[in-house]
Amino acid sequence: MGIEFRGVSKTYADGTVAVTDFSCTVPSHSTLALVGSSGSGKTTLMRMVNRMVDPSAGTVLIDERDVRELDKVALRRSIGYVPQAGGLLPHRRVVDNVATVPVLTGTSRRTARADALDLLARVGLDPALGRRFPSQLSGGQQQRVAVARALAADPHILLMDEPFGAVDPIVRRDLQDQLAELQAELGKTIVLVTHDIDEAFRLGDQVVILRTGGVVAQTGTPQQILAEPADDFVRDFVGADRAERRLTTTEVDGRRIVVDGDGRPVGVLA
Amino acid sequence: MSLFGDALAWILDGGHWGGPTGIDTRLWQHLAVTFAAVALAAAVAIPLGVLIGHTGRGRLVVVATAGAVRAVPTLGLLTLLGLWLGIGLTAPLLALVVLAFPSLLAGAYAGVESADRGAVDAARSLGMSEWQLVLRVELPLGAAVVIGGLRAATLQVVATATLAAYLSDTGLGRYLFAGLKSRDYPQMLAGALLVAALALLLDVALAFVQRACRGPAPLAPSDAAPEAAPAKG
Ligand SMILES: Nc1ncnc2c1ncn2[C@@H]1O[C@H](COP(=O)(O)OP(=O)(O)O)[C@@H](O)[C@H]1O
Ligand SMILES: [Mg+2]
Repeated sequence: MGIEFRGVSKTYADGTVAVTDFSCTVPSHSTLALVGSSGSGKTTLMRMVNRMVDPSAGTVLIDERDVRELDKVALRRSIGYVPQAGGLLPHRRVVDNVATVPVLTGTSRRTARADALDLLARVGLDPALGRRFPSQLSGGQQQRVAVARALAADPHILLMDEPFGAVDPIVRRDLQDQLAELQAELGKTIVLVTHDIDEAFRLGDQVVILRTGGVVAQTGTPQQILAEPADDFVRDFVGADRAERRLTTTEVDGRRIVVDGDGRPVGVLA
Repeated sequence: MSLFGDALAWILDGGHWGGPTGIDTRLWQHLAVTFAAVALAAAVAIPLGVLIGHTGRGRLVVVATAGAVRAVPTLGLLTLLGLWLGIGLTAPLLALVVLAFPSLLAGAYAGVESADRGAVDAARSLGMSEWQLVLRVELPLGAAVVIGGLRAATLQVVATATLAAYLSDTGLGRYLFAGLKSRDYPQMLAGALLVAALALLLDVALAFVQRACRGPAPLAPSDAAPEAAPAKG
C-alpha cells in the first residue's frame, strides 16, 4: 500500500503554520523517515495519514484513494500507530494493550490475547510480561509493547512518532536494529518521525528533512543527502562536517584503515 | 445519666425498633430517599459532566452550576418547593436532587478531563470511536474522581435528608422533629447519632470503592524486570 502526500498544508486554528505545500510519495513496502527539529511539522504530517489531522489544503492518498473518503475509525484501525512516548493505556494489562485493535474489530478476546502473547515474543519481550500493567515496565519495554500493539491487526501501513525518542541510546540502538529486522521480514509501508538524523538514515529508504513551518529542506535517500546536502541547513543538520562523518583512510601494514575526523579508527576497508 | 447515655439507651430500647415508626424502618426510608435523590441527580449530572469533560466545551456550565447551587440555602429551597408542591416527599426529594447535582457534575467532568491525554490520543489513533473512548478509557481512568463526586454528593444528601421529615413522615429526621416538639432531647440526639452513623457507613463504603478505582500501583523498582534480554527469533 503506497501513500501519497499531494500538496498538503496545515494551518492550525490559532494561526500556526505547521506544514507548507508538502508533496511526497511513499512506495509500498518502503520506509519514509520524516526528520527535523522539534516543531517542524513532522507529527502533523504523519497524522494526516490516519486523519488525526485533516490538511487545510491538498490531499493524502492511500493506494490512490483520498483518505477523506474513508471512515475515520475504520481507517485508523487499519493503520498501525506508535504514538510519541508509547501512549499505552495505563489501566489495561500489557496483553490487553496489544490486543486493543483486534478486539475493536471483533476478534474474540481469547484469540486476540493469544496472538498478543506471540507478538510480545516477536518484539523481544518475555510473554510473561503480558500480565503486567504498563507502569510496571521499563521505558524500553513499553516502547516494544507499543510496537507490538501497532502490529497486532497486521496493518499494511505503520505510523511511528519518535518511537524510540524516550529511551537511552544503547536501548534505542537495539530497538532500531530489531525494527529493521522486523521490517525486512514484514515489508510494511512505514512513515517514521524522528529528530535523530542517524535513526532516519538507519531506518529510512527515503528521508525528508524538514525545517520550521513544515518546509522541505531536502528529500532523498540517505546516500544522496550525505553525498550532496542541498544547502548549509542540511549540511549542518546531517552533520556532514562532524568529525565522525569525515572519514579518511590510512595504510597500516598493507591494509586500508578507515579513520574519522578525530583520527579514531572506525573500520577496515574491505 | 448523661444525655448521650440516654440517647444510646433510646436507640437500644427494643420498643423503638420494628413497626412503621421503628428505627429500622426509618433507617431504610432515609437510605431510600438518599439513594433516590443521588440516583436522580446522577442520571443527569454524570452524562452532562462526561460530555463536558470529553468535548472540553461548556466548562462554564460546571462552574456556574456549582456556584449557583451552593449559594442556595437548602432549607429555604425546601420551604419554597413545599409551598409550591405541598406536603409530601416530592418537594424534599427535589431539593435533595438540587443539592447533589453540583458535586456529581464536577466529579464527572473533572474525572473525564483528568484522564491522561496521551492515552486518550493514542486510543483515538488506534481507532476507538468517541463512545469507546469515553467508556473504555476516560471513565476507567477518571473513575476515582467520578466516585469522589458521588461520595461528596452522598454525604451531603444523607445528612440533609433529615429535612425530608419536615414535609413528610419519612426518614430519621422524624426523631429530630418529634423530639424537638415534645422536648424529648434523648430522642433528638438519637436521631442525630443515627444519621451520623449512616453517613459514616456510606462514606467508608464509597471510600473503598474509590480506592479500588485508583488502578494498579507500580511494582517496587526491585520487582521491575531488568531491561529485556531480547529473545530474538
Ligand atoms: N493542535 C495544535 N494546535 C495548534 N498548534 C499546533 C497543534 N499541534 C501542533 N501545533 C504546532 O504546529 C507546529 C508543528 O507541530 P508538530 O507537527 O507537532 O511538530 P513536530 O512533530 O515536528 O515537533 C508546532 O509549532 C506546534 O506548536
Ligand atoms: Mg512531534
